[in-house]
Parts: sequence; structure tokens; C-alpha cells
Amino acid sequence: MAEVKLFGVWDSPFSKRVELALKLKGVKYEYIEEDLKNKSPLLLNYNPVHKKVPVLLHNGKPISESLIILEYIDDTWQQGPPILPKDPYLRSKARFWAKFVDDKCIPAMWKACWQKGEEGEKAMEEANDALEFLENEIKGKRFFGGDDSIGLVDIAADVIACRNGIIAELMGVQFLRKDKFPNLCKWADEYCNCSFVKENQPPNQKLIHHYKALIQASTSSKSTK
Amino acid sequence: MASDEVKLLGAWPSPYVLRARIALNIKRVNYEFLEEKFGTKSDLLLKSNPVHKKIPVLIHGENPIAESLIIVQYIDEFWASGPQILPSDPYNRAVARFWAAYIDDKWYPNARAILMADEGEAKKAALQGAIEGLNLLEDAFLKCSNGGKFFGGDKIGYLDIALGGFLGWIRVIERMGDVTLIGNCPNLLKWGENFAGDDSVKDVLPETEKLFEVAKFIVAKTKASAKH
Repeated sequence: MAEVKLFGVWDSPFSKRVELALKLKGVKYEYIEEDLKNKSPLLLNYNPVHKKVPVLLHNGKPISESLIILEYIDDTWQQGPPILPKDPYLRSKARFWAKFVDDKCIPAMWKACWQKGEEGEKAMEEANDALEFLENEIKGKRFFGGDDSIGLVDIAADVIACRNGIIAELMGVQFLRKDKFPNLCKWADEYCNCSFVKENQPPNQKLIHHYKALIQASTSSKSTK
Repeated sequence: MASDEVKLLGAWPSPYVLRARIALNIKRVNYEFLEEKFGTKSDLLLKSNPVHKKIPVLIHGENPIAESLIIVQYIDEFWASGPQILPSDPYNRAVARFWAAYIDDKWYPNARAILMADEGEAKKAALQGAIEGLNLLEDAFLKCSNGGKFFGGDKIGYLDIALGGFLGWIRVIERMGDVTLIGNCPNLLKWGENFAGDDSVKDVLPETEKLFEVAKFIVAKTKASAKH
């Protein structure tokens, strides 16, 4: 019997990508919540190199790294909408922008949230530069994946769309500003309003509570230095 | 430009450019190689890769494709009738992609730091990291090759290209850094010889001696600018 398991963490954007992809394809799976402070022997066995989530287990074989897992899901399950387009050039563009989100957007945005002072400001500039490229890429399109449905890049950028509000409200950092990135804001609205996306986000109150705890931990650790 | 003309923007010492060239050779694609001058970026490069401004860039007709592993996958998918580069099985594809990403994200920064880091702890850590990485890849080779000469089995595949792009540089780092890297991995050592001698590789693999000269120049330049 084909067996699909996902080792993840409820608030991890990378875990979320895989959940979205599996749900998009209508694949039944067992979800196993990991405690990153106390990683399970199974996780360490299935991802000995990076020891991270998400890990997809299919028929006993583990796959790691969220974007690689997404391509695996697209290759393996033909039902449901495609995650990557068929055309080789459009596939290369999808891969390029998904990698761009991972290498340039997310790290800079994370630093801009959590590092204060000069480093935080520099990171904010880098984040804005990166978002500018995404802004130009989404122009004229409903989703990065096209007009009809979300694709690899939309799923990769899920965290950018879906956490923008919470981060602005709780941390005072507004990434998707309408004056700077009107097209990206429009995309985020469209994306977040997809019923499929709405149904598969972590509970809002839980996320708010979690961020508040992280913020408090961060401020108190700084004041004890 | 005709819709099927293929150009590759690159530079002969680059391991990333080498990957693209090997993939084009495997598929027997005719292409024009446009050499970027070291230290400058041509208008064509800036126009076709405005995001990263880096080589290699494959320009196929009007379409530019950047990032070496993305280029290799494009070549495999567009010229689908030629010898396959990515494995056909989705799981083996995922494994090949995993290790290729590992090489770029984890292994290479350590390898590079062997030459660039100042003496002491940083250099030691880099060397250890690079050696551990190659040990993992030695292990991966045994699993992926299925008894064949290459990661791809009987013929060169995606992971061979990913690691093979760095083959010359591994030899240079060993010499310049006076360290042993691949030398302690018997299967990778043999793989390296087979890879270097392959028809798709041998005419485009840079000579180690020439790479050594380039490396000396780059290391000196990087260290000098780091001091300012």
C-alpha cells in the first residue's frame, strides 16, 4: 500500500509548502509533528545530513528539502493541478524564482524582522531589493504559476503572502507595502483569498501567540546581555 | 536571433559554466560560447541575467536561463530525445537534486574557505567540513551508481555534472591548500578519472595547471580586497 508521511513543524513555512502541495494533489498522508528542541530518532534517521523538517516519506523512502519535495510530488502524482508548468522554459523560470525566494527573499526578510540596528536596516534594504524583483515578475499575472492556478513559486512564497499581516502588526515590519509593491500586494490578496490556501494555514490565534512568545524571548535575551 | 540559436555566456575557469557545457555536449547541442572577460560584465550578461548578473547564462533563442543547475535541467528537458541527464525515476531524481543542492549550499562554501579563510580555526573547520562532505558524497556514489562508473550509473548524469564541475577546482584546492580532499575517497577518485576522460567532458574540462594560475590570482585579489 502506498504510504505517505510528512514530518513537519506547524509554524514552519517550509513544512507548509509540502502540506499545500500534497493537499493540492489530493494525496492522503499522515502528518507527524516534530519538536525541534527534541528531534525524533525517525527524523534524524530520515534526514541525517540536515536534520531538518520537512521530510516526506513515501513507501519508506525519505525525501528532504522543501522545493525538492515539491518537484517529487509533482513528478509522482499526476492527479490535481500541476505544480510546475510543462514547458521547459517556463519550468526553468519557476525553478529560478522559487530558488530566488529561498536564497534572497526569505533570509533577508527574516533578518530584517529579528535583527535590530544597522544589521536589521541593511537586511531591510536587501529584502526590499529582492521584493522589487518579485514585484516585476508578478506584473500582469494573477499568480506566479499563471492566471489559472497557483504553482511552485506561489507555494514557495506562501509565507511572504500569508504572514505579512501578522508580522506588520506584531513586529512593526511591513514588507508588502501598497505604495512600493502594488502588484505583489494584489498577488498576496488573491493568493491568501484562495479557499484552498485559507483552509490550510496555521490557526491565526495560535500563530499570534507563538510570535508574541518569540518576540518576548528575543527581547528578554537581549536585555540579559 | 533565430528561435533555435543557442548561446552560452561564461568563462572557462567557472565550475558552474562547465556544468552547462557538459550538459550541452551530452545532448550534442551546437552552441556559441561567449567568453566574459574576467572582472567585467558585458551588456548582454547584465541584460540577460539582471537579477544575479552572473555566469553562466544560457540564451536559447530569445529566452535566457540562469543558475547552472537550472540550466542543466532545462537542457535535459528541452532536448528530451538525447541521452537522459536526470534519472527517470522520481525518487532517484529527488536524491540527485538533494546532493547537487548539498554540493552548492554546504560543500562548496567549505571548500572555498580552505583557500580564502585566514589560518587557524576557520581554515580547520572549513577543511573538516569539506572532507566530511566528500565522505558523504563517496557514500552517495556507492548508492547511486549501482555498480556503474558514474553517479548516473553507466553514463554521466545530473549529479556527476554537479560535482564534476568542481573536479578541477578540487585538485587546485588540494595543491594550493596542501590538503587531501578527494584523495581519501577511493571511489570518488576513480570516478574523477572516469569523469575527466568522458567524451562530453574531456574537451571542456580546464587544465588543472591553468586553473591553478587563475586560483592564485583570485585568492590574492580576494584577500587583498578583504583587508581594506
